[in-house]
Amino acid sequence: MFKKIMTPVDLAHLKDLQRSLKCSADLAKLYGAEVVFVGVTTPTPSSLAHTPEEYAKKLDAFAEEQAGALGIKASAQMVIGHDPTTDVDDALLRATRDTGADLVVMASHMPNVLDYIWPSNGGKIAEHAKCSVLVVRGT
Amino acid sequence: MADDTDIQGIPQPEGPSDIIETDYQIGQDNITTKIGPFGLDIHNPVFVISGLVIIAFVAYALVVPAQAANFFGWLRPALTSTFDWFFLLSANIFVLFCLVLIVSPYGAVRLGGKDASPDYSYTGWFAMLFAAGMGIGLMFFGVLEPVYHMAVSEPLGVPSPIAEDGTIIEANVEAARRMGLAATSYHWALHPWAIYAVVALALALFSYNKGLPLTIRSAFYPIFGERVWGWTGHIIDTLAVFATLFGLATSLGFGAQQANAGLEYIYGVPNNVTVQVILIAAITGVALISVLRGLDGGVKVLSEINMVIALLLLLFVLFAAGAVTILGDFVAGLGAYLKEVVPLSNPFGREDTGYMQGWTAFYWAWWISWSPFVGMFIARVSRGRTVREFITCVLIIPSLVCLLWMAVFGGAAIDQVLSDPAGSAVKAQVIDSYNPPLSLFAMLESLPLAAITSTIGIVLVIVFFVTSSDSGSLVIDTITAGGKVDAPVPQRVFWCTFEGLVAVALLIGGGLGALQAMVISTGLPFTLVLLAMCWAIFKGLQAEPR
Repeated sequence: MFKKIMTPVDLAHLKDLQRSLKCSADLAKLYGAEVVFVGVTTPTPSSLAHTPEEYAKKLDAFAEEQAGALGIKASAQMVIGHDPTTDVDDALLRATRDTGADLVVMASHMPNVLDYIWPSNGGKIAEHAKCSVLVVRGT
Repeated sequence: MADDTDIQGIPQPEGPSDIIETDYQIGQDNITTKIGPFGLDIHNPVFVISGLVIIAFVAYALVVPAQAANFFGWLRPALTSTFDWFFLLSANIFVLFCLVLIVSPYGAVRLGGKDASPDYSYTGWFAMLFAAGMGIGLMFFGVLEPVYHMAVSEPLGVPSPIAEDGTIIEANVEAARRMGLAATSYHWALHPWAIYAVVALALALFSYNKGLPLTIRSAFYPIFGERVWGWTGHIIDTLAVFATLFGLATSLGFGAQQANAGLEYIYGVPNNVTVQVILIAAITGVALISVLRGLDGGVKVLSEINMVIALLLLLFVLFAAGAVTILGDFVAGLGAYLKEVVPLSNPFGREDTGYMQGWTAFYWAWWISWSPFVGMFIARVSRGRTVREFITCVLIIPSLVCLLWMAVFGGAAIDQVLSDPAGSAVKAQVIDSYNPPLSLFAMLESLPLAAITSTIGIVLVIVFFVTSSDSGSLVIDTITAGGKVDAPVPQRVFWCTFEGLVAVALLIGGGLGALQAMVISTGLPFTLVLLAMCWAIFKGLQAEPR
């Protein structure tokens, strides 16, 4: 049913992503699909990496480790955003096209009142992506 | 599953740039919390201290306004007249330093590592650095300064062509006209942009190539080492936040007064605090939308729109006032600038202290106090350029644009004053009485379509404020988040709003003038900071692979 599952990851908040990571791995096994882990980083140094190149290496390592641990086929793709606070959704939407994914599995926070003003990333992707989107709640 | 601590650690970097080894991790001192639905990720203690210090200073200016006005009214001229030589000498050093970097082999170093490619096109990049750094000044001083230096301040002792009784002294006209443009260009061309370039280059180099967080303190790593992550760094960053917020807030207050003066002059809109508060609220509101849309969707778009409107206004004035005369002014002004820049920038043994202390030293202090903000913003959008490209684009091209702008607006205004001294509105507003906010509108009044162009002028003044305000909020947010550029949205909303509130409080309570003097006073310590940065850049570039 699905061939390529895109799973956005934030390497700084992996603890909050456990459910969505497990979910994408389970679906990948069920359908024999490949998982693409997409990470958005900045051109400026962040808490994770000095440079985008370094970030890409970490993301690759993360994908490899996930593939080994969960027995799935996995790859990684890094996307650079100048101002992730505001353009992470656009970066992820671009990535859905670039990776050719037919399903996005991503975590989302619990909705609160602020979502009326700033929609959550998951909500925006579900609204605009051309492929199927599964938003996983809870941690 | 990966161990979280493993992922968080910074491994040995690879690749063709000289990363500085440090145990500091970006965001390690940050407090991450939630207040109600608002997520926060702020640096401890920079965020809290700068917020409290700002509130304390505003309270001081509001509670004892007379004392504050007295103290700062004394402080500003005291600084510019005592340390004039120091400001002039330092600015000359910055220009020479930049020019040397262009021709030296270090010019080949690429910001962001050897293989980095530029994030922004030249036009987008240029529009942003220009709109953040200078736009508003061009609107305010484009007419005022050339006319004033031609007729009143007598730089280098070149006598005024306007006699006491308002008639023209023909013998003085040519030299004064040349000097008016040269003396203005001196304040807007190489020197200010060299000041911005030094700060921007230091930050870009230590952030993109050395892997340190994008805050002012990072540039001091070669000097203080690991201590920059402690109180030394906290103080440097807090000072930068302080200068930036007050610089923006006072400018916002004065900008609202200018726009109001223009609206009164053209449309008869009442000139009072209520209108000005509404203007500040509107400017802050647009800036807020811009920061919420982010760097690419907001700041860049507005900057580009601004550039287009400014260009149209420039072309209009150029052709309406006579392109041939004005292009002649541009060439003559450029020649005069190149010839006079050496005597004008001589820090010692000057007789024209009115010009040198009242204008030059004041400008240098003002540019320098704005440099943490503008420099950091330029740094943020200039990854992927080589040092040579960077300095050429930050130093040479903006200088030429400023020269052209001054030649067009100043040249047209000088023409009006000299051809019809009795009927010139510019002469009335600049020479006979001193009304800086009205000088631009007075010049436009004598050209065709004055109602339309003056309205465009007011819009430009307002939008230039928005582009300074939104980029300033991004910069303050980054510094107070310890160099994180992806802090939660509510924080930048906070700073943008706070800036507007400080401006409103000072506008209503009085004290804008006192705080502007305060901002300029930060120019003196920052001059030392910039001199240290030159050395840090040199050390940093030496270690880079070329």
